[in-house]
Amino acid sequence: MSELIRLTAAELAATLAAGEVSSVEATQAHLDRIGAVDGDVHAFLNVSDAEALASAAAVDAARAAGETLHPLAGVPIAVKDVVVTKGQVTTAGSKMLEGWVPPYDATLVTRLREAGLPILGKTNMDEFAMGSSTEHSAYGPTRNPWDLGRIPGGSGGGSAAAVAAYEAPLAIGTDTGGSIRQPAAVTGTVGVKPTYGSVSRYGLIALASSLDQAGPCTRTVLDSALLHDVIGGHDPRDSTSLPEAAPSYADAARAGAHGDLKGLRVGVVTELGGEGYEPGVRASFQAALDALTAAGADIVEVTCPSFSAALAAYYLILPSEASSNLAKFDGMRYGLRVEPGEGAATAERVMSATRGAGFGDEVKRRIILGTYALSAGYYDAYYGSAQKVRTLIQRDFAAAFEQVDVLVSPTAPTTAFPFGAKLDDPLAMYLNDVATIPANLAGIPGISLPSGLSDDGLPVGFQILAPARQDARLYGVGAALETLLLDDWGAPLLSRAPKLEVSR
Amino acid sequence: MSVTYEDAVTRYDPVLGIEVHVELGTRTKMFDDAPSPAGGTEPEHANQLVTPVSLGLPGALPVVNGTAVEHAIKIGLALNCQIAEVCRFARKNYFYPDVPKNFQTSQYDEPIAYEGYLDVELADGTVVRVEIERAHMEEDAGKNTHVGGAAGRIHGASHSLVDYNRAGVPLVEIVTKPITGVGDRAPEVARAYVQTLRDIFRALEVSEARMERGNVRADVNVSLRPTPTSPLGTRTETKNVNSFRSIERTVRFEIARQAEVLDGGGSVLQETRHFHEDDGSTSPGRVKSDAEDYRYFPEPDLVPVAPSREWVEQIRATLPELPAARRRRLQGDWGYADAEMRDVVNAGALELIEATVAAGASPAAARKWWMGELARTAKSQDVALEELPVTPAAIGELQTLVDAGRINDKLARQVLEGVLAGEGSPEQVLTARGLEIVSDDGPLLEVIDATLAEQPDIVEKIRSGNLGPMGAIIGAVMKATRGQADAGRVRELVMERVNG
Repeated sequence: MSELIRLTAAELAATLAAGEVSSVEATQAHLDRIGAVDGDVHAFLNVSDAEALASAAAVDAARAAGETLHPLAGVPIAVKDVVVTKGQVTTAGSKMLEGWVPPYDATLVTRLREAGLPILGKTNMDEFAMGSSTEHSAYGPTRNPWDLGRIPGGSGGGSAAAVAAYEAPLAIGTDTGGSIRQPAAVTGTVGVKPTYGSVSRYGLIALASSLDQAGPCTRTVLDSALLHDVIGGHDPRDSTSLPEAAPSYADAARAGAHGDLKGLRVGVVTELGGEGYEPGVRASFQAALDALTAAGADIVEVTCPSFSAALAAYYLILPSEASSNLAKFDGMRYGLRVEPGEGAATAERVMSATRGAGFGDEVKRRIILGTYALSAGYYDAYYGSAQKVRTLIQRDFAAAFEQVDVLVSPTAPTTAFPFGAKLDDPLAMYLNDVATIPANLAGIPGISLPSGLSDDGLPVGFQILAPARQDARLYGVGAALETLLLDDWGAPLLSRAPKLEVSR
Repeated sequence: MSVTYEDAVTRYDPVLGIEVHVELGTRTKMFDDAPSPAGGTEPEHANQLVTPVSLGLPGALPVVNGTAVEHAIKIGLALNCQIAEVCRFARKNYFYPDVPKNFQTSQYDEPIAYEGYLDVELADGTVVRVEIERAHMEEDAGKNTHVGGAAGRIHGASHSLVDYNRAGVPLVEIVTKPITGVGDRAPEVARAYVQTLRDIFRALEVSEARMERGNVRADVNVSLRPTPTSPLGTRTETKNVNSFRSIERTVRFEIARQAEVLDGGGSVLQETRHFHEDDGSTSPGRVKSDAEDYRYFPEPDLVPVAPSREWVEQIRATLPELPAARRRRLQGDWGYADAEMRDVVNAGALELIEATVAAGASPAAARKWWMGELARTAKSQDVALEELPVTPAAIGELQTLVDAGRINDKLARQVLEGVLAGEGSPEQVLTARGLEIVSDDGPLLEVIDATLAEQPDIVEKIRSGNLGPMGAIIGAVMKATRGQADAGRVRELVMERVNG
C-alpha cells in the first residue's frame, strides 16, 4: 500500500485505469501519509479527508460503470491555499481569512473536480504569497523534507514539500516571481510557471495580477505536463486568459523524454549566474549543461542586460498591484473583523484595526511600498519606470529567443537555507528570486527541474525558459534533460532524500 | 442671502461644468454576469443581484460587458466624439464600504470617447453648443444605509447596512468642457443640457434614463469670474443633483451664493456641495483642497478595449435618429411654424402628437387636441400631458369620427370627456352616450316637422323671405336632438319643408 505514494501521477493513473487499485485506496494512502509525516513537514493547512474520499469513490463508481474518464481521474492532488475552493476553508496563509469558506471554486479547481482529481487539502504558503520561504505563513512554516531545519522555498513551500514528502503526487502552485519554481528547486521537485494567461486566474487570490500564474508542482516533468493539460485553456471569466487552444503538453513531454537534442540551441543567460550563486549550485548547473552538450545540444551564452533592473522593477510592480488587490480585506464583508479597542467603531476605524491585526509584517511592508509607489507625484518615477523596465526585459527575451530555442539558468542562487537565515533581511530574501522574476515580468513560461545535489547534499534546480505560448517546448526539453539525468543517477533524485520519521 | 441671482449675473460671468452619470440598461453588470437592477431586473431584497465578482470576493475577476462598451460608443457618437482606438480601465483606489474591492474600476486618462459637442436648444429656440471633454465607462458603487441616526444620516447612526445590488452597474460619465458665455441663461443651459442628454439616452435605448430612479445623475460645477475674459474662478461641485428643476435651481443658488462670497471680499472654497430640495439651497460637503489621492493605475485584470473601426462605423451607421434631427424632420412633415413646434416640444407633446398622427389624425388636428383641450385639462388637474388617461390612439380615433362627420367639434369634446372619465374608447363613449350626429333625414324631419308645426307664424315669415327666425328654428331642432344634428343639413331640410 505505501508504495502507492511513491508512484508518479502518470504511473498511478495507469494503475487506476488498469483497475489494479482504486482511487479510494490511492487517496487513503496519501491521507495516511499526510497523517504520518505532516506533523513534521506542515505542508498542509487543511486536509479534507471526507471530501477527498468521496471524490475518489465517485471516480471508482464511474470507472466501474464503464464511463470514459479523464486520464488523471482518481489521482489525488493538493492545492495551494491561495486558490479558492468552494466549501473548503481558504486562507492564503493569512489570519485575515482564517476560517473563510469560499462560496465558489476557482476555474482551475472546477477543472480538477471535473477531471475527477480528489483534492486532499490546501497547502501552506507565505501570507498572500509574499515570500520565498513560507516563513511568512500566519500558520507557521513548512519544513523542507530534505532537512526539517530548512525552508522549503516559497511562497508555495507547502505544495512543493507535499509532493517531495510523497503526501501528494500532484499539487497546484502559483508563481508571481518564482513561487512555484524556487520551491521546486529547493525540494528536488518539478515546478512549472506556464505562459501568463495559459491557466485561468479566476479564483486565485490575487497578489500581483499582471504577474500571477498558477501551475503544476510534481515529481516528474510528464506529471507536470499532464496536470497542465487539465488546468490550462481559455476561461471566459479571466479576460487575460489566452484565447487559443493549447497543444497536449503530455504529448510534448512524452516525445521529449525519448527525443533527440541534437541541434537544440540552449542559451545560458549571463546575468542569471556567476557572482551570488553558490559554487555547489553552479557546479550542478554545469553538470546538467554538460549532459545537454553530450546529447548534442549547442550551448551558447546570451546576455540580457536589462535583467539587472528586474528585481527593482518587480519590487515596484508587485507591491503596487498588491496594495490595491489586498485593499478588499477590510473586515466589512468576510474574514477577520477587529473593532477598535476604544472609541467609535466607524467603518474607517474597523478597517484600520482589522488590517492592523490581520496582516503580517511582510504584507504590510509591501502594501506600504506599493501605496507609496502609486502615489501622486511618485507614479511616473516608480510604477511608470518599472513598467518601462518590463518592456526592456521583454525585448531582451525577444532578442535572446532569436538566437536560441530555450534559455537556461540555475532556478535559485542557493539551496534551501536554514529557518531564520534571511527573515530579518528582506533584500537577501528577495534576491533568492533573482533568476525566476524575469519570466514573470515578461509573461513567458519557465520550468524548474532538479539537476542534482549541491555540495551540501541539498537539491539544486535547473530552470528552462521558453518564449510565450511555447510551454510545450519546456516540457519537451525538460523531459529530455530529466531522462539524461535519471540515466546518470540511476534513480530519482528524491530517493536520496532522508527518510521522514513516520509518526502517529 | 442679500445678493439675488438677477443681481449676481449683472456683475459676474458664470462658468459651468457638468458631469452626467448615466446607468446603462444592460441586462448584466459592467464586469460581471450578475443581473443589473438598471437592466430590468427588480431585486426583491438587498444583496440579491450579486456574484463573487460584484461582491469583490477574493479571487474574483472582472470581464468587460461588450454591450456596455457598445452603448458607450453609441453615446460617444451621438455626442460627436472621437472613439478611442485603444483604451484601458484603471483602478481608482479608495476605502469605502459601498465599494466592495475598495477600488472602483473606471477609465482614467484613456476614455472610450473624447472631444465632442452637443447642441442644446433652449425654450426660446436659442441653440447653445456644449463642448464635451470625454465620456468614459465605469462601475457604480453599492448603497449604504445608516441606521439609528437622524434622517438616515451617518452622523449619530448606530450602524450601517450595505446593499451591493447596484455595485457594478455600468455607468457612462460624460464630462463637459467649461461652458462659458451663457451669462444669465446658465441655469437654463444646465437644465436643457441634461434634458437633451436624457432624450438622447432614450433615443439610443442605452438607458431608461429615469431621473427619479437615479438612472441619470448630474454633478454641477459652477464658478464665477468678474468678466468673460478673466481667468476661471474657483468652482464648487454640487453632487448628485437628480432632477431637471433641481439642476436649474442649483446653478441659480450657487451663482447668487458665490457672488455674495466674492462681494464680501471672500474666496469661494473648492469643495463638493449638496443640494437641498426643500429650500433650493446647497450646503458644503467635503473640502477638496486636500484632494484624495486615488492612486490610479491601469487595471491589470482587464485587457485594453480596442473597438475596431469597422465596428465603430457599423454602430454609427445604425444609430437611431437623434431627438434634434427628429424634431427637424417632424416639423417639416407637419408644417408647424417654429413657435408652434417649440411650444409642442416644451409642452412634452411631441411623442403624443406623433403617435396621434400615426393613428390617423392630421398634424394640425393632433396639435389642436394636445395643445388645446388636453393641455387645459392637464393644467387644471396639475398633471403632465402623458399622464392623462387617454392614449394618442384614442385621440386619433376621436378625430377620425370628426373627419367622418359622425360628430362635430362640440360633440367630440363630450366624447373626450367620456374617454377621460374612463368610459371607454371614443366609439364606445359615442354609442353609450348616444352622441352620434343624426344623419338619417327621417328622424330629423320628424323633429323639424314637429318644431315647425308649433310655430306656424315663423314658417310664414321664412316663406316670405325673412330668414331672421331661421336661427331660432335650427336652435330648437338642435336642442331637440341634443346637438346630434348637423346644423347645415337642418337648415336645408327646413328650407325644403317651408318652401316645399
